[in-house]
Amino acid sequence: MKRVMGAALCALLAGGIAHANAETKLTIATVNNGDMIRMQKLTDDFTSKNPDISLEWVTLEENTLRQRVTTDIATKGGQYDVMTIGTYEVPIWAEKGWLAPLDNLGSDYDVDDLMPAIRSAVSNDGQLYAAPFYGESSMMMYRTDLFEAAGIEINGRLTWDQTLEIAKKLHKPDEGVYGICLRGKAGWGENMALISTMGNAYGARWFDEEWKPTFDGEAWKNALDMYTNILGNYGPPGATSNGFNENLSLFNSGKCGMWIDATVAASFVTNPKESKVADKVGFTEAPCAVTCTGANWLWAWNLGIPMGSQKVEAAQKFISWATSKDYLELVASKEGWANVPPGTRMSLYENPKYLEAAPFADETLLAIDSADPINSTLEPKPYVGVQFAAIPEFQGIGTTVGQQFSAALAGQMSVEQALSAAQSSTDRTMRKAGYY
Amino acid sequence: MENKQTPLGYVSFSVFAWIVGLLIFFPIFWMVLTSFKTELEAVSIPPSFISFDWTLENYVEVQERSNYFKFAMNSVILAVGSTLVGLVFAVTCAWAMAFNPTKRTKDALLWMLSTKMMPPVGVLVPIYLLFRDWGLLDTRFGLIMVLFLMNLPIMVWMLYTYFKEIPTDILEAARMDGATLPKEIIFVLLPMAVPGIASTMLLNIILAWNEAFWTLNLTTSDAAPLTAFIASYSSPEGLFWAKLSAASTLAVAPILVIGWFSQKQLVRGLTFGAVK
Repeated sequence: MKRVMGAALCALLAGGIAHANAETKLTIATVNNGDMIRMQKLTDDFTSKNPDISLEWVTLEENTLRQRVTTDIATKGGQYDVMTIGTYEVPIWAEKGWLAPLDNLGSDYDVDDLMPAIRSAVSNDGQLYAAPFYGESSMMMYRTDLFEAAGIEINGRLTWDQTLEIAKKLHKPDEGVYGICLRGKAGWGENMALISTMGNAYGARWFDEEWKPTFDGEAWKNALDMYTNILGNYGPPGATSNGFNENLSLFNSGKCGMWIDATVAASFVTNPKESKVADKVGFTEAPCAVTCTGANWLWAWNLGIPMGSQKVEAAQKFISWATSKDYLELVASKEGWANVPPGTRMSLYENPKYLEAAPFADETLLAIDSADPINSTLEPKPYVGVQFAAIPEFQGIGTTVGQQFSAALAGQMSVEQALSAAQSSTDRTMRKAGYY
Repeated sequence: MENKQTPLGYVSFSVFAWIVGLLIFFPIFWMVLTSFKTELEAVSIPPSFISFDWTLENYVEVQERSNYFKFAMNSVILAVGSTLVGLVFAVTCAWAMAFNPTKRTKDALLWMLSTKMMPPVGVLVPIYLLFRDWGLLDTRFGLIMVLFLMNLPIMVWMLYTYFKEIPTDILEAARMDGATLPKEIIFVLLPMAVPGIASTMLLNIILAWNEAFWTLNLTTSDAAPLTAFIASYSSPEGLFWAKLSAASTLAVAPILVIGWFSQKQLVRGLTFGAVK
């Protein structure tokens, strides 16, 4: 009897060891937003289909995540098997050889269903280096009731001049309503995301074909004049502290006549649990000026695998699951069609169930389709990106310029002074970096 | 000269002290209050004070999403571990400097403190590479070493200050009675410096508990403490204040309770000398 029990124990132990050896643990670094948290909750679906793979989630705030994964990938730390990265990082990291190419996502992955603009943003020389989990552009959200009361109708795409006139009409601070809410908080991903698209619309670009900054041109002056005028005079007080979340709170409390920001905001402002004006919101494209090229940004959160990872096969299986069409169906079956991650697959925007659940779907698709990271300025440019230039120096440059433009908005310096400071600081950085 | 305080002076001083106390406590109070609001109420303008629909949904969601006890346990191990290791080194170091000073002791102390003046991000990459090569990334041992080294200058400084106030004659008397060096430190010096050691330990535990740069950068999951737990609830897109407040309340609760119960020792240790 003892022998039988001993043998059984050995078999159990051996089985346990074999099982432990067979299981691959994937550590996934991800950003904290609704779509990513939803994915974590649906982990069981993946692990039931792949019992030999377990998932360990590391959720971090965006800036912390960026610092953490950049340190890890640059030093080949090997702490993460799958990283959530933005469209800014993908081309730079792919170029440096830091990302493993995604060449084994499975036969039923349907890579051609990815939206062309997003696919292009996460590819390098035609090879996919990250798979988009959700994508966004920018558009205008406005209060239909206030527009109606003021007798304003939108016919075709607005210009910034027209937007200014509308903001003047809607601006009633005594009644707690501000004409327009825009990002004012300094940062390359904050105010500069919006101001870059305004610059594009006014015919400006970050760098000319020789990588020289162009803040000394007329186009940037026109764009910054408009930005400081419209937000400074017809925006909420203290706009220099407002980023996405602050404006979202203002809009949801009914304090903004218009708000130009990420398309992903549409699902928040139309959610009655979060918004007091959920049934009074209309959507239209971001305004143009001398051109509509690059007038709305393009951003996506993507899943990539660091080069040198020992678990590429398992990681690709996970990425394939998380960014597949089946995953969208899975989210819809558990949480409803309005909650599926938007902006990555064309088939989603042909799905009548989604179109019915998401009244903002058409405008989101229009915005993403019209954003092209390669051709996003009136004049030719040497960089990739609509609201950023995908070069390693851009984070620093963008944040410095953002601080100068924020100071202009606060009235601490004139538009001319801010542009001049932006020109000299950017010129210095680009020279030091050896671009010319 | 006797310090006579008038009733009016006493009342105004008390009122002033209460105002300052309430001002300092208000952010914590507001955080706890926000943790019981819905996300919409948390950002509503003007903010609601008490009259809102109190909810526990944020705590429920935080519990569902994260393994709080794993993070809390890591925080306890890192804070206590780094303090105990630090104490061993700091006591011996402070003893040497206080009772056997050389002409360079003051310089050495200042140099130790100057290492605190360098921004930690300046040494992030070298430390990260060392951790990678030694296999210390995401390990409690590695983090205990970093936290202990980071707080060692402050521990040495504090203990040095307390030890300096202990009369050397007492230690000499112990030596005359035949006490060896370890016995002199353990049975004579340490009992006299208990208030100082207690406040040094408490301060070090609080510093290690709140440390957010290294704990975020050198951990992923196994050794991640409560700072990583809080960091996972901040979001650039979407409302998160209520959930973040619930996570923060859970994270500060243990250290708040410890601080509350030990405030007498902490204040005594920080404001009085070792043998007064």
